[in-house]
Amino acid sequence: MPIADSDVKWVSTPKIGLFEQLYVPAIFQGLQTTVRHATKTLFGGGAITQQFPEVEPKLPPNYRGVHRLNRDEQGRVKCVACYMCSTACPAHCIDIVAAPSPWSDREKYPETFVIDELRCIYCGMCEQACPVDAIELTTLYDLSGMSREEMMFDKEKLLSVFDETVKSGTDPIRTRAGRLGVASELPTDTGLTSSSSAQS
Amino acid sequence: MELGFSFWISLILIAIVMGVLQGTCAYLILAERKISAWAQDRLGPNRVGPWGILQPIADGIKFLLKEDIIPSHVDKLFYLLGPTIAVSTSLLAFAVVPFGPTTPPPVLEDRRTDEMIQNSRQPMSVEERKELLATNTAYREQSRGRIWPQTDSEEAYVLAADRAYAKANGTPSYEQRLETYNAPYDQRPKDYNLGTIESIQYVIAPHVDIGIVFNFAIGSLAVYGVLLGGWSSNNKYSMLGGLRSSAQLISYEIPLGMSVLGVMLVSGSLNLEAIIDYQVKHGWNVIFQPLAALLFITSVFAECNRLPFDLPEAEQELIGGYHTEYSAMKFALFFLGEYTHMITTSFLVVILFFGGWQLLPWLELPGGVTGVILKLLIIAGKMALFIIFYMLIRWTLPRFRFDQLMGLTWKVLLPLALLNLVCVIAIKQLNQSEWWLLPLSLGTLVVVALVTLNMPRQRPRAPVRFAGHVASGPPAVVHDDDAVLK
Repeated sequence: MPIADSDVKWVSTPKIGLFEQLYVPAIFQGLQTTVRHATKTLFGGGAITQQFPEVEPKLPPNYRGVHRLNRDEQGRVKCVACYMCSTACPAHCIDIVAAPSPWSDREKYPETFVIDELRCIYCGMCEQACPVDAIELTTLYDLSGMSREEMMFDKEKLLSVFDETVKSGTDPIRTRAGRLGVASELPTDTGLTSSSSAQS
Repeated sequence: MELGFSFWISLILIAIVMGVLQGTCAYLILAERKISAWAQDRLGPNRVGPWGILQPIADGIKFLLKEDIIPSHVDKLFYLLGPTIAVSTSLLAFAVVPFGPTTPPPVLEDRRTDEMIQNSRQPMSVEERKELLATNTAYREQSRGRIWPQTDSEEAYVLAADRAYAKANGTPSYEQRLETYNAPYDQRPKDYNLGTIESIQYVIAPHVDIGIVFNFAIGSLAVYGVLLGGWSSNNKYSMLGGLRSSAQLISYEIPLGMSVLGVMLVSGSLNLEAIIDYQVKHGWNVIFQPLAALLFITSVFAECNRLPFDLPEAEQELIGGYHTEYSAMKFALFFLGEYTHMITTSFLVVILFFGGWQLLPWLELPGGVTGVILKLLIIAGKMALFIIFYMLIRWTLPRFRFDQLMGLTWKVLLPLALLNLVCVIAIKQLNQSEWWLLPLSLGTLVVVALVTLNMPRQRPRAPVRFAGHVASGPPAVVHDDDAVLK
């Protein structure tokens, strides 16, 4: 569809006047801005710098930092070892070994759950893929270690991140974002509560 | 030869000046970083010592202790020569810059009466001329760099008038003063306060009559440092930086020298000490020749590779420009040279246009030791102000494109400098008051701006059609060449 003529606006290059052509007053106008900023920062404390080690930055709650593995109400790991996150992971940094669940409400649970934090690109796709909202990215950002092995976060470590963030009240915003996925809801009509019957 | 007081004082002075200069350079880097930070609403380095004042020392230690790498692919001789030239030329150029009060060369005043002026216009007979010239031999032997008076007969009349004036007032005549000025240091008369703080010449090489020319000559050698550094690095980015730099520095040298010519004409000397002396007596050059000052400052920005003309370095395009391949102390030497050049040129701006050590135009400063200290502080303060101005301009103006850079010097600065020179020559030739230069100088700028404003563009910019609205954001731009013709 052609653009209606009434919508068309012709714009020419603005005419330069004598004031601009002289350059010098325009330069002094620019200098005014520079000096204003410099003096404001110098005398008025207008600096936006955060003095990092002394002042911790307040990150937005949807920041994607270190992962955590969530616990359910009974304190068990929420993960059902479905491998969705490790499949979705573009960096292939999630390594899960599944085992039959010792609990009656799910088939499997992760025997080991290791994330290579050095390999992770913090894209958050694991979090989106997770059907039971078990894996989440927190606002922890100051991640460091002395060796590569140290940066392989296992299940206990990831669960401790959960405990820590819950304690400090820095839950990521996505925890409260909405209802859990379909797979997290237990089937109620058939009374399938044991893991063996769920397989049929 | 006995090494006298003046030898030792010169040696001490050189040592002090070199030390202070390099210390200042180190702190200028901190100042640069701090001012950059403030202009961008940041704090700047503040971790080493209170407010980061020990940062330059930490930087210096780092530069000294870092491994001195010479890449295998470079031309070793020229690679090492580059930073050496850069730093030595900029230090040498400082030799003639007075950074405090000096004894200026005596000035020949025109004491002729109207009758004598009438007489001096009469043609002279050969005998008369011979007789007059014979009395002037002493003056001839000692006068250096004389541009006024211009003819022998005029000279004779002026000198005779000066002698008569001196005799009537009991003051030394011009020739006597010149003799004292040119005498060896320890043969001067008592009233020169020999050996006191007032007798010290606050310049490494005093009484250099070519002053400013020496400065420009040595300063222009600095391009070799950049060029050799860029070429010998055997790296395309360095090479580009070096090439751009040579073209830029050579081009900007022309308006730089041209803008100073007007100042030389009015003060009648190339000696920087004499130029200060002239301004102290007649008022600052910036008042009479603001256009020349503007051109000089602009060219100085380019000569120092400062933004908006820092094409040789151009971090965004050329990594580091000519010093990409340099590290550790050799890199520091380039920096040292650059900042020393900045200090020298700031001093030059102050000396040539802003009255040197004078606080305000036509303001008398006290004599004695207080005066010396005051003058030292004032000229250093003015220099610091100019460096701060450099740094503020850096965060005000965007960088020029290379063709714009060349266009600015060849199409704008050079013609303006020529026009300014013509104005000064006209005023001098017509023997008019220097105050005429102020309106002439400003008028030139305005007239040139008006003329260029109304000059037809070679490629008129076609209007652009803004059409419709995309869901959000700015309207879509439709380039429609056919529509332009409608």
